Amino acid sequence: MTETVVIIGGGQAGAQAAVSLRQEGFEGRVVLIGDEPVLPYQRPPLSKTFLAGELARERLFIKPAAYYRKVNIEQRLGETVKAIDSAQQVVALKSGQTLHYDHLILATGGRVRQLECPGAKHPQVHYLRTLADVEAMQNTFTAGARLVVIGGGYVGLETAAVAVQHGLNVTLLVARPTPLGRVTSPEVGRFFEDVHRQAGVTLCCNTGVQSIEEDGAAGKGVAVVTDSGYRVLADMVVVGIGLLPNVELAESAGVACDDGILVDQYGRSNIDNIYAAGDCANHPNPVYQRRLRLESVQNAVDQGKTVAATICGKDKPYAQVPWFWSDQYDLKLQTAGINSGYDQAVVRGDIASRSFAVFYLREGRLLAVDAVNRPAEFVVARNILSKDLGVSAERLRDESIPAKALADAPVPTVADALAIENTPVKGGQVSTPPGIEKMHQSADIKHERVA
Amino acid sequence: MIKVNYIESDGTRREIEVEEGVNLMDAALDNMVPGIDGDCGGVCACATCHVHIDPAWVDKVGAMDANEDAMLELTDERNESSRLCCQLKASPQLDGLIMHTPEGQH
Repeated sequence: MTETVVIIGGGQAGAQAAVSLRQEGFEGRVVLIGDEPVLPYQRPPLSKTFLAGELARERLFIKPAAYYRKVNIEQRLGETVKAIDSAQQVVALKSGQTLHYDHLILATGGRVRQLECPGAKHPQVHYLRTLADVEAMQNTFTAGARLVVIGGGYVGLETAAVAVQHGLNVTLLVARPTPLGRVTSPEVGRFFEDVHRQAGVTLCCNTGVQSIEEDGAAGKGVAVVTDSGYRVLADMVVVGIGLLPNVELAESAGVACDDGILVDQYGRSNIDNIYAAGDCANHPNPVYQRRLRLESVQNAVDQGKTVAATICGKDKPYAQVPWFWSDQYDLKLQTAGINSGYDQAVVRGDIASRSFAVFYLREGRLLAVDAVNRPAEFVVARNILSKDLGVSAERLRDESIPAKALADAPVPTVADALAIENTPVKGGQVSTPPGIEKMHQSADIKHERVA
Repeated sequence: MIKVNYIESDGTRREIEVEEGVNLMDAALDNMVPGIDGDCGGVCACATCHVHIDPAWVDKVGAMDANEDAMLELTDERNESSRLCCQLKASPQLDGLIMHTPEGQH
């Protein structure tokens, strides 16, 4: 009998799961249901090149329409799932139809966290999550317009960067002491703060929003009133204060959720034949030995692949090092890993030169890197994290050591050498301390890469 | 229009007509060339559009920048003919270009 996989969510994770099912050899029916009325598209450019008008709309789409026809992926776009009946293995669509599934993938993503203050529903208050959101901004997003951006995360900073480069007058309000406060260190946050100020953005940290009021002709301008008592006049407000995972549908079907839909390393939920992937999924991460819910392309793509493989009976557990990127002005910020819990930040390079990396360590082990215009450091950190190689702060800081070589274990110190001499002999052989073994391993890896 | 060729690891060859200026990752995705993912959308952030340039074309393709060079370290089977095709744009001097695509991206 032909099996049916129903995928709820037409974003990066849903599209990847559909594509990967075919790549893994799934021959049954694949139905991709998306609530937006457009083909699956990439979200990262929405606050970067697409907002800047540098990327054509058709370039956003992950695959052309012909691809889905060719590999026989059915699409239900502009369609919403009302309910899941996990006992009957049926989803009920808003259009009134029902669909039977043998496997159900929840790739429901997230929705923007809404501003909650008086006036927050003003028509000039925008959010930036969907293609439609950006298209709704385009008429007002013009040179000379006054823009207030609320939120100092990736979306807020990228929006501010594009806007100020387009000649808008930009004020950026950040609730935390530094921008990117949730995801990076104060060092990197302060760097981006300086960069935006130098570019002409009026940036206020430690600043919340109290209300949004009408200013001038009805429905035209607004005044953003801050909790420090300022009134900032604006033609448009863009809010980027985070994402909430879409879990309500899953919860109502009895799927266990806790900051996202809880899945195992194979993308399986607590209910048989129901899986989750992407922004909505909360997975056990083997690199960090704890659960994570990630909002990123990398995670959406890799989890989409994982659930597809699981459905096809293949053993491809999700065990990726998370990575992220952000483009602002002439800067590419690339982050590998998650820095939370770090006890040491090691700066490599001169922050003022706009090309540097900050490595985050806990008890001497690497947790993450923020690399600004330093792709080699980003790459080596991904290798170090995925292979759990040792590092030393001195070497990370030392620019006379090429970035590539940072994956090599530290040269043994005198103390290490003494430890080798004093190591008891076991079975006629001197056992090698772990650091030495790692050095051999990484030397082999280097050799393979050169070959 | 510029003609470029993608040859799969099993020898399947696809000749594709590309408008001048279009990057060769987009060209591959538009034409459903297998083996090219392009997860980051062509901003040199993911290294999932790795190709090997045919030896006869390596010189014409020209040098890569430091960013691409660094990102290529993430790919499997990197060698001196490796490129990320999101960083290559169709141009008259690349008319006839031959690229070899890997079985899959890392």
